[in-house]
Amino acid sequence: MNRRMFLRVSAAATGGLLVSMYFDFPAAAQTPKIYPPDAFVHVRPDGTIAITVNRVELGQGVNTALPMILADEMDADWSRVVPEIAPAGDVYRDPIFGVQIVGGSFSIANSFQQYRDLGARTRAMLISAAADRWRVTPDQCRAANSVVYGPANQSATYADLADAAALLPIPEKVRLKNPSEFRLIGKPTRRLDSRAKSDGSQKFSLDLDLPGMKIALLARPPIFGGRVRSFDDKDARKIAGVADIFEIPLAKGKGTAVAVVADRFWAAKQARDRLEIDWDLSGIEHVDSDKLRARFKELAHTKGNVALARGDETAIDRIPADRRIVAEYDFPYLAHTPMEPLNITARFDGDRAETWTTSQLPTTEQQAMADALGLPAQQLKFHIGYGGGAFGRRGTLDAHLEVEVAAIAKRMRGVPVKLIWTREDDVQGGYYRPLCAHRVELGIADDGTPAAWRHVVVGQSFIIGTGTPFESALVKNGVDALVVEGTVDCRYVIPNFHVSAHHPNVNVHVFSLRSVGLTHNTFVVETLIDELAMRANADPIAYRLQLIAADAKRHRAVLELLRDKTGWRDKLPPNHASGIALSEYHVTASAVAVDVSIENDRPRIHRATVAVHCGLAVNPMTVESQFQGGLAFGVSQLMEKGAITLKDGRVEQRNFDSYTPPYIKDAPMAVDVHIVPSSEPPTAVGECPVPLIAPAVVNAIARLTGKRYRSLPLMAL
Amino acid sequence: MDQGRDTMSMKAYHLVVNGERKSVTVDPSTPLLWVLREDLKLTGTKFGCGIGACGACTVHLGGVATRSCLVPVSLIGDRKIVTIEGMSRDPIGRIVQNAWVDKDVVQCGYCQSGQIMSVVALLKANRKPTDTNIEESLGGNLCRCGTYVRIRDAVKSAAEKLA
Amino acid sequence: MFSLLIALFLAETAEGLAAWQKIHSVLTSPRCINCHTATNYPQQGDDRHRHFANVIRGPQDKGVVALNCATCHQSQNANSTGVPGGQNWHLAPLSMKWQDLNDQPLTSAEICRSVKSRLDGAHLLKHHAEEPLVLWAWNPGRRPDGTVRTLPPLTRAQFVEATRQWIKAGTPCP
Repeated sequence: MNRRMFLRVSAAATGGLLVSMYFDFPAAAQTPKIYPPDAFVHVRPDGTIAITVNRVELGQGVNTALPMILADEMDADWSRVVPEIAPAGDVYRDPIFGVQIVGGSFSIANSFQQYRDLGARTRAMLISAAADRWRVTPDQCRAANSVVYGPANQSATYADLADAAALLPIPEKVRLKNPSEFRLIGKPTRRLDSRAKSDGSQKFSLDLDLPGMKIALLARPPIFGGRVRSFDDKDARKIAGVADIFEIPLAKGKGTAVAVVADRFWAAKQARDRLEIDWDLSGIEHVDSDKLRARFKELAHTKGNVALARGDETAIDRIPADRRIVAEYDFPYLAHTPMEPLNITARFDGDRAETWTTSQLPTTEQQAMADALGLPAQQLKFHIGYGGGAFGRRGTLDAHLEVEVAAIAKRMRGVPVKLIWTREDDVQGGYYRPLCAHRVELGIADDGTPAAWRHVVVGQSFIIGTGTPFESALVKNGVDALVVEGTVDCRYVIPNFHVSAHHPNVNVHVFSLRSVGLTHNTFVVETLIDELAMRANADPIAYRLQLIAADAKRHRAVLELLRDKTGWRDKLPPNHASGIALSEYHVTASAVAVDVSIENDRPRIHRATVAVHCGLAVNPMTVESQFQGGLAFGVSQLMEKGAITLKDGRVEQRNFDSYTPPYIKDAPMAVDVHIVPSSEPPTAVGECPVPLIAPAVVNAIARLTGKRYRSLPLMAL
Repeated sequence: MDQGRDTMSMKAYHLVVNGERKSVTVDPSTPLLWVLREDLKLTGTKFGCGIGACGACTVHLGGVATRSCLVPVSLIGDRKIVTIEGMSRDPIGRIVQNAWVDKDVVQCGYCQSGQIMSVVALLKANRKPTDTNIEESLGGNLCRCGTYVRIRDAVKSAAEKLA
Repeated sequence: MFSLLIALFLAETAEGLAAWQKIHSVLTSPRCINCHTATNYPQQGDDRHRHFANVIRGPQDKGVVALNCATCHQSQNANSTGVPGGQNWHLAPLSMKWQDLNDQPLTSAEICRSVKSRLDGAHLLKHHAEEPLVLWAWNPGRRPDGTVRTLPPLTRAQFVEATRQWIKAGTPCP
């Protein structure tokens, strides 16, 4: 497999499934590698320790957790540590995936060992330098808080030793700490960027300012794939500050657009508003989401490609009707809408170029940018800045931002140009969580457990058709694992369990949204399990404990912990009810209990209690924040105006007034998070909370009103 | 093909921002947000939506929490402008920022300038906000990372320090 | 003679009711009724949907701290950003509500009685002729897409004239 194919393979791992029965990762990635400390740690003369984080910081706290790991093994003074976000670079690739990536909640899992090694190596080199200086042996020395101590009361700071240490060979073997020696790892630790993010000094990618920089906006086709036939920019060019207006190609297969370049945002916006564009909208599908829902619902009546087959597929047919549930679900397109609008800045100088952006796939996008500019990747400096959220949006496989800005940078040669997608561009621009339909036939045994489960999932794939080896890894038998995850891998014991899938082609760009296939699959599974529990008059946690596989240790642990922490479920005020949901994402198991009442026809979530088993929690404070925040993010699926719809090919929503994410009153009012103590290697955290909240709330509502909701978002209750 | 800035559609404005006098020459229709970010290089105030739905652009204008993406510079008049950059010199601003750090509120942080500006306005008017006060006053500030629970905590913590 | 008086009275009442009909058509048009809600929120748009961003009435009909009406609405329309504005932009007090709690307009009779109970003739005429926020309805500014907001069904002059007629006819209600 050549390098380029490897990049495209790995690119699909954004938010995607790697540890699953469907995926075999190439053995090459498992080779242990010695990473050069000087690419990751800089001890400055003033004692500051700059630790380079091989992951873009998007809010998930990796700029604190990874430095904690390295600083702990390094015995560094934590108060002097500052994080830096790595630019695109080979040395910053994920050790397992072989591509630089933030996705799949794998950052800590995959870099835990790497950063421990780096810290230990750095420490060893500093001690060696001190030992050399004092003519003692390294094992006569010890280190603590950025100081090396010798056997005869000698001491030297890391700052003092750094230059000498840098000249030493990198040791092959290093001793890692015993977990009992951890000073930072496992301790709740405040983030390193809080002050800057609270006083306005933190620079995000959008804040970049360069001398002579211009702003570019795109007038994009109103229907995906549309092309500019002609445009009239007479009025647009009258706006003061407009530099140029011209057509550009969009990412492959996505049509063309008109770029407006001006010296200020407002000038660009006014000019764009005055463009008259004649679009060629022929030969492309004009999607209507109502019609699509009907079509998918129909399709869910027929068996698709087999995703899972366990037991007897016809068992369901022999179960009497009064012990069968037939449930149809539908889910809309969802937009990520991270708070920081998409942006990228580029300057093209002919034989080289420089780019600044925030991205989940730096090396992949660097290559795409270089390709678009006709340059070798080494001639393209690719800087990565802090991002204002992403949730999966900032790493699309087609590298569309790079393709767009490359065309503009080439035309504006020598001038840095910042391309911005306005919020309207973002809401209407695609790459959504796909619209999906499910149909489940569920047969109930005498003891109230599921005897048979026959399930059809219908949803677009963003992997099929990419022609990558990754496609052949994630797509088996015509089934995209990312569309069925959450169902096929659930750990409930279901003797006859059959899942099949359809992946229609639709002219709407889709991509992965925080927790991907679990956003809909977990909703289906957890609401159906809840129905079974209600029918059996069983406590929903007890019911799950009974039904979960014996060897699902983490699931068992979180259910038991949740049970222990939710004595409040028996003490709810009148008009309140509780709801439960359980999920596993990339080995981490988590469960939530919510306390819900109905206020002004909407669910009011008074409290959520979470139990999670994520192996060793490197920074328990991050885990807590991610679950608190992720539950609120997951409420997006319940919001009345939380659906992207299309009519005559056009997205009907335009901004937060018509596509409305959760505000403070929509989110849980209080969230307490309980982590199962564990010293197992760290596993996923960031995406885990998202699939939990929607089914838990709907389960609570079922107890309040008797009504079951199988269609999202929730309209007035 | 740079047409330069046509001086006929530009106007000079004299603003007071964080206690300093600033002069800019801009298109009168330019929202204050973009004057702050591009002409005055004060990028702490953020662009989130452009229609006043998210609050990331919140500043204090004449002492009133205001969504700067909506106010054309021509309507500012002589009202004083205070941005997030001015909060560390404001006694209540400082307490709120410290609470933000102490309670580890931020995640991506992009919405937090606006959140803090809204909170400072609240606490200036009401030193003992109830849960309802907090929820209502921050009701229009969006956070996609969902830091709301920690925001509630931090506001109460800041209020305690003011008591 | 008596029947003549009755006939005159009836004619005057008929004219008065016709004048009220005109006034009513303006009061219940979106530019006016959107801020005369019975709820704790304003409406917006010709379809009168609930105002976005969770803005609420607040104790003095001006929103709440950090989310006041003035947080977004200035003393004039901001056409470049599509935000309407006027002097002292705020919600009409609940005593001037013209809708029910389901956002449905009250009956013409109910609104009529409500208007009558608030202001006497002279003050009402002044209110309709001079109150800045009333005048705003005929200069409602541009939406973000650049289009001018829909005007009330009568011109301002016709509205003021109808008010005059109604008062002259003794402010009859249906």
